[in-house]
Amino acid sequence: MSIHAYTPGLRVTDYARLRRERRLPLKGTVLVERGATVEADTVVARTELPGNVQTVNVAAKLTLDPARVPSALTVPLRAAVKKGDVIARGKSLFGLVQNKVEAPVDGTIESVSAVTGQLILREPPIPVEINAYVRGTVAEVLPGEGVLVETDAAFLQGIFGIGGETFGPLAIAASSPDEELAAARLEPGHRGKVVVGGSYVSHATLQRAIELGVAAVVVGGFDDRDLRQLLGRDLGVAITGSEDIGLTLVLTEGFGRIRMAERTWRLLMSHDGDQASVSGATQIRAGVMRPEILIPRAPLAAGAARAASTGLEIGSLLRVIRQPYFGRIAHVVELPPELQRLDSEAMVRVMLVEFADDQSRAVVPRANVELIEK
Amino acid sequence: MEPRLENIRSILATDCGSTTTKAILIERDDAPAAGGAGGFRLVVRGEAPTTVEAPFEDVTRGVLNAVREVEELAGRRILDGDRILTPRRGDEGVDLYVSTSSAGGGLQMMVSGLVLQMTGESAQRAALGAGAIVMDVIALNDGRRPYEKIRRLRQLRPDMILLSGGTDGGDTRRVVEMAEILAAADPKARLGAGYELPVIFAGNQDAVPMVRECLESRTALSVVPNLRPTLERENLRPARDAIHELFMEHVMAHAPGYKKLMTWSPVPIMPTPGAVGIIIEKIAKRDGIAVVGVDIGGATTDVFSVFREVFNRTVSANLGMSYSVSNVLAEAGIDNILRWVPFEVEEVDLRNRIKNKMIRPTTIPHTLEDLVIEQAIAREALRLAFEQHKELARGMVGIQTERTISDVFDQTASGATLVNLLDLGLLVGSGGVLSHAPRRAQAALMMIDAFVPEGLTHLAVDSIFMAPQLGVLSTVHEEAATQVFERDCLIRLGAVLAPIGTGKPGQSCVTVELASPGAAPVTRRVPFGELVLLPLPGTATSRLTAIPERGFDLGAGKGKALSADVLGGVVGLIVDTRGRRPFALPPAPAERIARLRAWNAALDLYGREV
Repeated sequence: MSIHAYTPGLRVTDYARLRRERRLPLKGTVLVERGATVEADTVVARTELPGNVQTVNVAAKLTLDPARVPSALTVPLRAAVKKGDVIARGKSLFGLVQNKVEAPVDGTIESVSAVTGQLILREPPIPVEINAYVRGTVAEVLPGEGVLVETDAAFLQGIFGIGGETFGPLAIAASSPDEELAAARLEPGHRGKVVVGGSYVSHATLQRAIELGVAAVVVGGFDDRDLRQLLGRDLGVAITGSEDIGLTLVLTEGFGRIRMAERTWRLLMSHDGDQASVSGATQIRAGVMRPEILIPRAPLAAGAARAASTGLEIGSLLRVIRQPYFGRIAHVVELPPELQRLDSEAMVRVMLVEFADDQSRAVVPRANVELIEK
Repeated sequence: MEPRLENIRSILATDCGSTTTKAILIERDDAPAAGGAGGFRLVVRGEAPTTVEAPFEDVTRGVLNAVREVEELAGRRILDGDRILTPRRGDEGVDLYVSTSSAGGGLQMMVSGLVLQMTGESAQRAALGAGAIVMDVIALNDGRRPYEKIRRLRQLRPDMILLSGGTDGGDTRRVVEMAEILAAADPKARLGAGYELPVIFAGNQDAVPMVRECLESRTALSVVPNLRPTLERENLRPARDAIHELFMEHVMAHAPGYKKLMTWSPVPIMPTPGAVGIIIEKIAKRDGIAVVGVDIGGATTDVFSVFREVFNRTVSANLGMSYSVSNVLAEAGIDNILRWVPFEVEEVDLRNRIKNKMIRPTTIPHTLEDLVIEQAIAREALRLAFEQHKELARGMVGIQTERTISDVFDQTASGATLVNLLDLGLLVGSGGVLSHAPRRAQAALMMIDAFVPEGLTHLAVDSIFMAPQLGVLSTVHEEAATQVFERDCLIRLGAVLAPIGTGKPGQSCVTVELASPGAAPVTRRVPFGELVLLPLPGTATSRLTAIPERGFDLGAGKGKALSADVLGGVVGLIVDTRGRRPFALPPAPAERIARLRAWNAALDLYGREV
């Protein structure tokens, strides 16, 4: 790989101006105006989704030819019915047996087919509201659809998450970035909060957090075995965000027991008690989407925004992202151009790094590091 | 402007994969050194991470990085700033630039039908056949509420949607209901927010006016003939053609940087699987044999086969070594992966390693143990992809598949699969984990373990994974592509001889006589349960006579001898008496590990014991 090539790291910054789109799944009513100040829980738009559609096979239930089904209906099309109401009647066995069909749910008779003999019953509409997700101002109104909310915030990207959007005050529940989040540190006061642990959370502790009504848990690592237990299945492709597990989980480092990066830990510590908005949604493919933590704060003066990334060079601070040095922080000492043989016998481009914790040096493949973004 | 063929002396070809962009430089050598062959040869190869994602979001950055590496290694200039110099002037630039792409995880589609098992399945087959990854199949009876479907459509951000449903002349209302759900979702395209999402309608043609009304104003709608015009008949070709066309027109053109990349080459950018397929078909035709090719990538694994002169291709979406590595675990199960690992490893540790690869897909194995685990996962990805190929190859014969009404209810098609392992002449592996295996024997054994070939089968790998580039090159410069393919791309590993049958370890199984030019004939009795490696000369052909014991079959019948020519290869002839039909590993962990270690030692698979 050329010197121009490197893996960019996740963003962890004390200040960023960000926009988040808030769109309804269907057209509806936008409830706020441009320039309005919103809190995370401010409802910004509302709509009603068409109810669920139930199909009823009338032809089969009445043993009728489908063509005769429309005339067997006892209620007109578009009529509202209650669960248990008789909606069709028919006779079979030369008129000796009377059959009837009852509505399986409340709803309206939407259509009936003389081809398939199916009746479609639509359940009552489902009201849907969307909130602002993060404190900020309405930067733009998407008529009938939603808004763009702009916020000045501390911004941290995680590496992987599950669960949807949530928000609450940050609560630090570990003493150091390499301490596991212990169930004993969780208390009823954590209800509705974004709890920050250190290096790891176990399935049992996460269950305790769910029982207590914790909004989100942010930790360094988690075991895949526990993820499987939590979801009830193996997660195949990293497309998450719609899980309904009772809270949102954000991993800042990866799978396993991994000390939370110092910068991440310090930034979260400095905002202990502040309101944070969290999303676990992750999509790992092109157009990558990582989980995030936004902590609204006062804007910085112009020009104080982050510097552009400079790429990989001697002195660059980085994190190793694969065994045997997984999770360790180092800086680049040397970037030899020639290929070198690894323990696996593969010939690859490498770099010499010096680890921050014990100043020891090691050769690692260039593909196995990520820059620590400032 | 396309240069004249006779003037082409220098060719640059790239393949923008989902994780890595590979560049190769090919040059014509008219005055070869003594003993060397003239004509086109591979000069150097460079690579760099693909840059479709933030913060770059421009595929050409990765291309330029890979080309800069080519420049460094070749010691000459090819780029003028951020531009490829064409045509070649003196020692600078190249005469032709071509490229393939599967960046961004290939073409990601959602398909919809009315009934999951009927039009839903037909739509899925149309999309898969066109080389797409099917992210989800949405149908009226998929058990999800309309708002859940809407949420899913929005969440997944597909590149394209194929909407089908209904037979021609049938009920239109429910077809329109699906269109309404789609309109309600108003999904946005994954790459480039500023363009309308391509939607192909291939359903009940009576519903076309209503579907147009519903979708034309908010999507880039194309209407093609119904892919299921009647219940008994599929007509997938028009939908597939439309998918290919829209892939170039919309998706590629809007993928970050592709518009620029397309202007650099006089030849259309070809999807990677399409280009590899061209190469596989050419080998089968040239040698008159049945061929299976596999390309295992980061997001998908593509399997190509030519049996009885019929070409088939399947794309196993979500089976791959980086983006999709976790799905291999989900589909194969942890025990199937662990069975290939010749040392004790905690399940917790293995699971975490796989997930960490998934969330950081561009990393590579550093330790030997990590490599062994990655190769264990590759065996399962290859095995599953081949299973899927065998299933789908049945129904994919020809352009139109006629189905009887009974097939509609029994979706496992009735005809025997075209894939017959005893007929298989050559198995070719491609993709990082096979092409870049530090020892070629590792690639050979991964393919044998995954495909479980029977009788005598030749093995080869794409040396440094350049089949895609040569595939696209062959469409414009056949001579250059063929010469480089034969001299620099296809590495013949040798062959595997595997008797069908099972027995007890140590029981007599097969006697092999091998006569190679310039070497004393070798006769070897191989008992059941072994892997034995017999060297083959690099290029010459050897004569093989193999006599199986009673109860074992090499294709000529139980106990009947097989005589055949075996082409030379860098690994040799692997005699595999571990059993077929079934092939099974010892269930007890200690015994299994001992056997795996013995087999690894027999092939000198790793530099040290793991």
